[in-house]
Amino acid sequence: MKLRLRIWRQPGADAKGKMVSYVIDGVSEDASFLEMLDVLNERLIADGEDPVAFDHDCREGICGACSLVIDGQPHGPQAATTTCQLHMRKYKDGDTIDIEPWRAGAFPVVKDLVVDRSAFDRIIAAGGYISAPTGTAPDAHSVPVPKADADAAFAAAACIGCGACVAACPNGSGMLFMAAKVAHLGLMPQGQPERHTRVLGMVAEHDAAGFGGCTNTGECAAACPKEIGLDVIGQLNRDFRKAAARAA
Amino acid sequence: MSEYYTDGDPVADTKAPTGPINERWERRRFTGRLVNPSNRRKLRVIVVGTGLAGASAAATLGELGYRVSNYCFQDSPRRAHSIAAQGGINAAKNYRNDGDSVYRLFYDTVKGGDFRSRESNVHRLAEISTEIIDQCVAQGVPFAREYGGLLDNRSFGGAQVSRTFYARGQTGQQLLLGAYQALERQVAAGTVELHTRHEMLELVVVDGRARGIIVRDLVTGEVTTEIADAVVLATGGYGNVFFLSTNAKGCNVTASWRAHRQGAYFANPCYTQIHPTCIPQSGDHQSKLTLMSESLRNDGRVWVPKERGDDRAPADIPEDERDYYLERRYPAFGNLVPRDIASRAAKAVCDEGRGVGPGGLGVYLDFADAIGRLGKDAVEAKYGNLFQMYERITGENPYERPMRIYPAVHYTMGGLWVDYDLQSNIPGLFVAGEANFSDHGANRLGASALMQGLSDGYFVLPNTISDYLADGPFAAVDDDHEAVAAAKAAVNDRIAFFLGNDGDRSVDSFHRELGGIMWEYCGMERTDEGLRKAIGLIRDLKAEFYKRVKVPATGAELNQQLEKAGRVADFFELGELMCIDALHRTESCGGHFRAESQTEDGEAKRDDEHFSYVAAWEFAGEEPVLHREALEFEYVKPTQRSYK
Repeated sequence: MKLRLRIWRQPGADAKGKMVSYVIDGVSEDASFLEMLDVLNERLIADGEDPVAFDHDCREGICGACSLVIDGQPHGPQAATTTCQLHMRKYKDGDTIDIEPWRAGAFPVVKDLVVDRSAFDRIIAAGGYISAPTGTAPDAHSVPVPKADADAAFAAAACIGCGACVAACPNGSGMLFMAAKVAHLGLMPQGQPERHTRVLGMVAEHDAAGFGGCTNTGECAAACPKEIGLDVIGQLNRDFRKAAARAA
Repeated sequence: MSEYYTDGDPVADTKAPTGPINERWERRRFTGRLVNPSNRRKLRVIVVGTGLAGASAAATLGELGYRVSNYCFQDSPRRAHSIAAQGGINAAKNYRNDGDSVYRLFYDTVKGGDFRSRESNVHRLAEISTEIIDQCVAQGVPFAREYGGLLDNRSFGGAQVSRTFYARGQTGQQLLLGAYQALERQVAAGTVELHTRHEMLELVVVDGRARGIIVRDLVTGEVTTEIADAVVLATGGYGNVFFLSTNAKGCNVTASWRAHRQGAYFANPCYTQIHPTCIPQSGDHQSKLTLMSESLRNDGRVWVPKERGDDRAPADIPEDERDYYLERRYPAFGNLVPRDIASRAAKAVCDEGRGVGPGGLGVYLDFADAIGRLGKDAVEAKYGNLFQMYERITGENPYERPMRIYPAVHYTMGGLWVDYDLQSNIPGLFVAGEANFSDHGANRLGASALMQGLSDGYFVLPNTISDYLADGPFAAVDDDHEAVAAAKAAVNDRIAFFLGNDGDRSVDSFHRELGGIMWEYCGMERTDEGLRKAIGLIRDLKAEFYKRVKVPATGAELNQQLEKAGRVADFFELGELMCIDALHRTESCGGHFRAESQTEDGEAKRDDEHFSYVAAWEFAGEEPVLHREALEFEYVKPTQRSYK
């Protein structure tokens, strides 16, 4: 199939960017979206142009590296699907596709479609863990965990840290990402001792990193490729209020 | 043969303890020297890689009080490819009361590795396996649990007990996030400095010791040096030499290969694992292959048409015109033969021209019988997520049309040679996880990669590295030291070469072609003739690569083509060594199948008399030097594997 691509090109963090049009022909419907971009890049290299920079790695939907806003939607039109798992059979001959990077104050563009998501790492460093230095652990069966809690914790822990939630949010909030970790650890008995310091530390770092506030728009959950629900944000808010009251 | 390599002196693991096997690890920990807590902060350790082995090692060394610098080429440590492991992690907990024990896990792993691993190392791995589960649970890893709240287990290939712990089909993700969170905790504590989007491009060796690395900042292009008292490589496997594999696109051998070129031995490079159940290639645009869990073979039946070139839809091919070749050739095990047998059998029918799908490189995995017997709902409950993943990638509904599968490169058992302490033959250079060669022999059992990565990182390395660091801190090394300047110049020269080369072919086009050669001649089945041919083809292609490769843009910016060019250049040299290793090892063992060495049933036929050794290769240009480390089996006596 033949497609017209309009891609955000920005040479560097401080450079001005713009949308640039490319026409690409002979795209296989069996190709993934990123493989379609590979084909475009091969052509650009042959023509002596700078290929389009984009983040990607595992290409099986789990590493969280790929991060494209496709026709205005983070990860494109297919629900519960990362960009790398989106395939070209979702498109038809003659389509025009807009491709942009995540756009959020806390995710500055590095080049073209690549953004800096290190703020997510800093949020985790501010409390998104359970302190269990190597060697200190008791036997794994010493603390049973109700299956329902373990399953709910797993569902929250399935977050791949891609940042689609931030890209989708009109406020550029990292609330869903942060709340998924707060919920995961807060649902496990091992996570209780640090439950309050965790949420306070993470929220402070989230705000300092320049993410916006949450206004319950719900775009984040709709964009999440791992279908993490808004309920984790409710959990975070409850924990935060309790922790803040205690600290006051 | 001698035209390809020369024989060197034998190599020995001088750190391996002796005595009863269950006391060796304890004895090594006791004989190894320690570093006083107040002295640890005077010692710097570089850890390259943030996967299971790297993140767990960096976090643990930080907790112990060392000053750690941790590097990864991805934008976050959490992206490391350990994240993609599906199945689970083995541990000899015997929570099922089904006869499991440390000794049984040790036995299964030595046997599964086709008697090409070290008994001492494997026993230590089995001992530590139980501590790993405790550690991960304490970190809050949400393992699958039963209604009583205790941990669930499942069984996996190569074992008769249920010892595999899992978190749905995302065990690697959950274990890596546990290690990543522990790592970030140390970053916050100030013991670990994290350098993301940095790639190691050279090892610095000063006075015979590994003292640092040269790295390129992938965003600014700046090339810098970091000096330390020890260097740990936890940089993963080299399956991407095949271009198409289940590895992530960024996986590469560069860190290991640069160390190899500086003198570190590379052991058993030809041992690669090819997984039988992956989604086949759909066209020339294909950039990677996706694994479908092997568990599907419990209910799916594998077949191809009896006639070659039969391009009818599968439903139109009558029962008596189908060849259920695994059930026909292996009536006892049927569709559940081990990975290597299933992979080679699929290749054989495709080579006959009976493969299905684009390019004829696929076989059917048919669930019609299972759906008829159990009902669609039951099949969906068992495999629903896999069926959905398959449909997303292929656009075909596996409930109505049989899946197409084909083998793909999945894991590499070979890697940098290390002793019992995980130290390479360069003092101060340690290697952990898939990057080393140590524990899996010629074939890795399912759910053992996660176990080894975490064993090395959490428990082995932090205990063994102190014996080396006890001699530190070592003398300061300036940026203008001869060895540093030479290493840095080598890196800059290589970058300048790629950027200045007046070429006309992309890096990927060479990588794809190299992968094709490796897959054809050094893949599932290797022959003397094919390997010799491959070495010639690789050398020719390598020459063309240096003549014609084209890398656009500059070095002072994010340049993904430049990154790839360096990695592919190293894959050329590795590929050649893999072929030489495969050529010299005229026996078959585990994942290394030489067509000339098979039993009547088509099984791998070992030659213990001549090949019961680790092949540790020393870099010497086009004619590497072979150092043999003899393997001795005091506990598990080598036998022929049989699945009849």
